[in-house]
Amino acid sequence: MKHSISKWVLPAYSALALLILMIPIGYTFVYSFNDSLKSNITWRGFTFDKWLNVCNVQNGAVCEAFGNSIFIGVVATVLATTLGTMIAIAMVRYRFKFRSQLSLFLFLPMATPEVVLGAGLAAQFLSIGVPKDMLTIILAHTMFCISFVVVAVKARVASLDPALEEAGRDLYGSALQVFLRITFPLLLPGILAAALLSFALSFDDFIITNFNSGAVSTFPKYIWVSAARGIPAEANVLASAVFIFALIIVVTVQVSGAARAKRLEKLHQAGVN
Amino acid sequence: MTTDTFAESGADLELVGIHKRFPGFTAIEELNLTIPAGSFFALLGPSGCGKTTTLRLVAGLEAPTAGRILVGGTDVTNQKSFQRPVNTVFQSYALFPHMTVLENVAFGLRRRKMTDPLGKAHEVLRLVELDHLASRRPQQLSGGQQQRVALARAIVNRPALLLLDEPLGALDLKLRRQMQLELKTIQEDVGLTFLHVTHDQEEAMTMADTIAVMNKGRIEQMGAPQELYELPRTAFVANFLGQSNLFTGPVVSTTSAGVAVDVAGHKIVVPATRAHRTTGEITIGVRPEKLTLHSAKPIHDADVNVMGPGRVTDVSFSGVSTQYLVEVPGAGTLIVFAQNMTFGSDVKFGDGVWVSWGVGHGFGLDDDPADAPRFEADFDTRSIAAQRHLEGA
Repeated sequence: MKHSISKWVLPAYSALALLILMIPIGYTFVYSFNDSLKSNITWRGFTFDKWLNVCNVQNGAVCEAFGNSIFIGVVATVLATTLGTMIAIAMVRYRFKFRSQLSLFLFLPMATPEVVLGAGLAAQFLSIGVPKDMLTIILAHTMFCISFVVVAVKARVASLDPALEEAGRDLYGSALQVFLRITFPLLLPGILAAALLSFALSFDDFIITNFNSGAVSTFPKYIWVSAARGIPAEANVLASAVFIFALIIVVTVQVSGAARAKRLEKLHQAGVN
Repeated sequence: MTTDTFAESGADLELVGIHKRFPGFTAIEELNLTIPAGSFFALLGPSGCGKTTTLRLVAGLEAPTAGRILVGGTDVTNQKSFQRPVNTVFQSYALFPHMTVLENVAFGLRRRKMTDPLGKAHEVLRLVELDHLASRRPQQLSGGQQQRVALARAIVNRPALLLLDEPLGALDLKLRRQMQLELKTIQEDVGLTFLHVTHDQEEAMTMADTIAVMNKGRIEQMGAPQELYELPRTAFVANFLGQSNLFTGPVVSTTSAGVAVDVAGHKIVVPATRAHRTTGEITIGVRPEKLTLHSAKPIHDADVNVMGPGRVTDVSFSGVSTQYLVEVPGAGTLIVFAQNMTFGSDVKFGDGVWVSWGVGHGFGLDDDPADAPRFEADFDTRSIAAQRHLEGA
């Protein structure tokens, strides 16, 4: 009985789960090659046109929205990662007043429903008279990304032996040199992970963006608007491109990691003794 | 600045009236210490006695609450860690995991803009016999190798003073013995002043020229290893540096030759030159290996102290010697170490025995027996670390 479960049920269950996960992605990818007209719902034949002329429809509205999302994502990520890293280091390395309260406040944006956050921000921008455009989107994204960066980087700082920085100071490194040559390189994996997370969050945020973007179009916003009358295949093209790009990164990291582990093992066998 | 050049040789270290208070407790109170240039000095004490804090004060990783620190006559109290001509070998080694062994060793040289940092790094790696591993990362080395890299990384800078924070603590016994000898050899070769912090009394005695025994933020006694062992001044030193049999009793007579003390009816004599106090209630002691066991009462001899009869309550064999515990009514339990000169022992558990030792081996402490012995440290290094964490240093 147990034998048959492990032999059939588990693999079948896994395959089914994987299939359900992959269907929307597969659909998006396949339909990016659909020779569609206005709506991209029925299959009308295979073509590379959409991939080749992705920016040539609707005066490039898809590409403009996509470009805006990339720009906002990059700026918000740089800001949130810089500020978040500083906060994370301060929270682990130093004891100051209201430290635990700060921790709570940083947690709040992650726990608050996005609708509330978005509406609240929109109301504040309105009441202080800031017009909604690219700037307000960047501010909003930076705000909610900081929390995630702090959480990710804090874990890394906490695992960093303070003796390493002390050794740096002891070996004639000034505060700046110790940060640049020891603290920063050692935190880098955590900072990069936080930046990636932050970019991903910013790139596909719709709810908060919709409240604070005014007339500026972003990629999620464009898709939302065009979903009403059929998403153009160009959107599928861009979405597929992002997916493939992410896939390449993941595979590269995995492969190089495995190669590194193998090399280390070889070195160990060759000669610690 | 003093760090522009290599120190030609070791420098004196002087600590004047150092106090260090953390919120809630005092780690060091009124510490005065002079370590002569070129010596191998050990700070020995239990966890939480303030020895690591002392080291961190000298390194500049901690600031004293009061007092001054002088290296080679220059006041460095207000200098930052990176400005001091001092290097540390950390307990955890603290090797930079993202750099090769070579870059680790060259780190200090590069910061000081020394010429040919890599050449000098290779040279010192050859000294610790690790040059063939220069391109490895620290985590690819064994514990003993990492320890040698940490040492190389510090001595390559030719500091006037090298601080060692229990650097051998993480090594197994055999490797530790080997590293002790290597460290000592390197110290003699390069002629630097070493300040070595440890809780391992055997390590301190093997390596150091001078030992300071620290307890509760104070130095209890300072001197050459043999001097400390032969003539401990306090009960703490007598028990921390090796083991001791201690007895307390009133002085019954004092002559030029010796001080006689009444210990539960036994007259025990200590040479006057080896007794710190000669009147009233005093504590005297003798080391366990100086004692001899007898199965019959020994013939009276003025040069020999005798205690007994007592009963053997424990026998434990440890290879080189056998340790006996002998319960003598009124005087407490005595520890006796006997060399295993013959196969099997003549004295067994439960036997009635007498214990004797030459008068010349006894010593008299300076402690007032009325005070409880200051042996138990009431805080440990972990609480110091926690405090440091809270302070955010």
